[in-house]
Amino acid sequence: MRANNERWDLAGRDMEALLAEAAALQGESLWQDARRRLRRNRTAWWSLLFLLAFGLLSLCAPLLPIPSPVALDLQTEPMPPIAPWTEFGNHNYTREYWELSAIDSAAVDLRAAIFDDWQTGSWMGRDSKGRDILSRIVWGSRTSIIVALIATLCSLAIGVTYGAFSGLSGGRIDNLMMRIVDVLYSVPFIFVVIFLITIVNEYRTELEDNWGIGRETVFYLVIGAIYWLTMARVVRGQVLSLKNSEFIEAARVLGASTRRILFVHLVPNVLSIVIVYLTLTIPAVMLFEAFLSFLGLGIEPPKVSWGLLAVDGTEAINPLRIFWWLVVFPAAAMGSVLLALNILGDGLRDALDPKLRGKD
Amino acid sequence: MALLDVQNLSVRFDTQDGSVRAVDGVSFQLEEGETLGLVGESGSGKSVTNLALMGLVPAPPGVVQADHINFAGRDLLTLTAEELRQLRGNEISMIFQDPMTSLNPLLTVGRQLSEVLEIHQGLSRREADRLCAAGLADVGIPEPETRLAAYPHELSGGMRQRVMIAMALLCKPRVLIADEPTTALDVTIQAQILELMTDLRERHGTAIILITHDLGVVAGCADRVHVMYAGRLVETAPTAPLFSLPVHPYTRGLLASVPTLTGDPTSALSSIEGQPPDLANLPAGCAFAPRCDYAETRCRSGPMPLEAIPGESAPRTVACLLATEIAAASGGAR
Repeated sequence: MRANNERWDLAGRDMEALLAEAAALQGESLWQDARRRLRRNRTAWWSLLFLLAFGLLSLCAPLLPIPSPVALDLQTEPMPPIAPWTEFGNHNYTREYWELSAIDSAAVDLRAAIFDDWQTGSWMGRDSKGRDILSRIVWGSRTSIIVALIATLCSLAIGVTYGAFSGLSGGRIDNLMMRIVDVLYSVPFIFVVIFLITIVNEYRTELEDNWGIGRETVFYLVIGAIYWLTMARVVRGQVLSLKNSEFIEAARVLGASTRRILFVHLVPNVLSIVIVYLTLTIPAVMLFEAFLSFLGLGIEPPKVSWGLLAVDGTEAINPLRIFWWLVVFPAAAMGSVLLALNILGDGLRDALDPKLRGKD
Repeated sequence: MALLDVQNLSVRFDTQDGSVRAVDGVSFQLEEGETLGLVGESGSGKSVTNLALMGLVPAPPGVVQADHINFAGRDLLTLTAEELRQLRGNEISMIFQDPMTSLNPLLTVGRQLSEVLEIHQGLSRREADRLCAAGLADVGIPEPETRLAAYPHELSGGMRQRVMIAMALLCKPRVLIADEPTTALDVTIQAQILELMTDLRERHGTAIILITHDLGVVAGCADRVHVMYAGRLVETAPTAPLFSLPVHPYTRGLLASVPTLTGDPTSALSSIEGQPPDLANLPAGCAFAPRCDYAETRCRSGPMPLEAIPGESAPRTVACLLATEIAAASGGAR
């Protein structure tokens, strides 16, 4: 063995060049492998692209040459859809919105500068107040996306950390933390939402003037408060089975702190399950938002959300005249997004499961 | 003064079925650059002893007690959790039995190696990478720079164990605890890994505590051997005298159950009858007495202290009342 020491002498070697060479060589990580396999799963891949396109569309809503979502045109009854090939667009655009944020109103200014008063025709018809359905669907999707983002962030930031810490600590701390989750779980949130929103309504001017807390803020807070609970449980369960692995013990033996073990070793190992769970949470949150808005507890007119579109739809259903476009188009938009999310979640689960590697 | 001096270490686990004494009054010293073999069957307290040294016995239910555990002039028992963390991986390091599961499957080898340096020396990634490559070369991995980018599943078992050893040695620890480092490897790789550890010890002066139940491994590597049974040390001796004249009946049983090349392949391998005792419910007197061929009535009561064997020149002790008779009988037969 002694004789071999010269071979191991590194002094004469060009480490920089060798390191560069090493950097060029990459193994296939879990994520690269997952992306490759997700790509091979056609439906999941198209779902992902569809969702990305939809997200882009809703992000760009103020820039699109679509009619204003609130411009009224009081008619006796809702106007049916006009096919794009019959009337592609017209010059009747009016700049009517609720109080927009600075960025959005700048975007609307830009839209006016580019397209002037040109807007698309009523491809999806108009509702009983003459508001354009297409525009309302696009603007309404923004609420759904914000809600989904908030639930996602809370799940990731609170749920994953909380669950991982609880599982890693074990014993009394784990017990206490999980009982807190149980208590929060058992709170009937619908009542809490009703209760909170009633209070907020009572003091709304005061709250908004002094604190800037509107009804929407409360609404988002409540959604954030509920949707990390299940994630915490899921992550805790995973961490419980992972924390006794030898590589965690090895990290401990090497002097890694608890925080490092949590975020460098445990969390990346549960991330695949977290992502899959997220794609299932997002549709649930979107439905919850629609449900609350439907009950009149969520987004308030004149703002739009998919829940409010559903309200308009139900009001339009009557036995004499069926204004189908008020129901079909919003339902189709929501349904296709939820379907895409579910398919993507399923595809991700398959793609991120290393045991299925090479079996597709 | 010894580098590591453990005096009267006890570890018990308070469970619902009563208190389990995993380690009971173990004392030993480790000199700089020395290899100490710790031998015993499963459940004899070898691993728990070393977890206690690193401050990693899960508490509760674990309770660690000792007169002192002196390491390089400091008593490990009085250190805070944070001070112990600073010590782990830096001055006392450990390698595990199964290299297949001891590496995080999601991180590259380079990332995991550099983690130790980031924790203890606050090096940047680039500096750490350079040291890691050198560390991998040091344990005989060819093309170490390329391997840094590899994931654990791309390496063979022997390679992974080498990576684990490199990781344990990156901060140049003074004590390396090897917990059955070769059990999960096949025989040729075992030999390579042991040779590597011996070589590294000679070059870096690292003291090694080698935990194993493989007597062959101990015979090849260790300077001294401590035999454990049911949480107690039953025999301590330098390696050569232990193998030429095992005194404690348990040690004799262990040695007799090793297959030999010259033995008759058709004859049954000798084994120690019976099962290891329940640690929650140890028999009075010698814990080995129920399985012992030599046991007499006096073996079943009273304490069994480790005592020097009269007439032996080597510094060895044994916890057996019949030690003198057995030593004389075997010595005579030799």
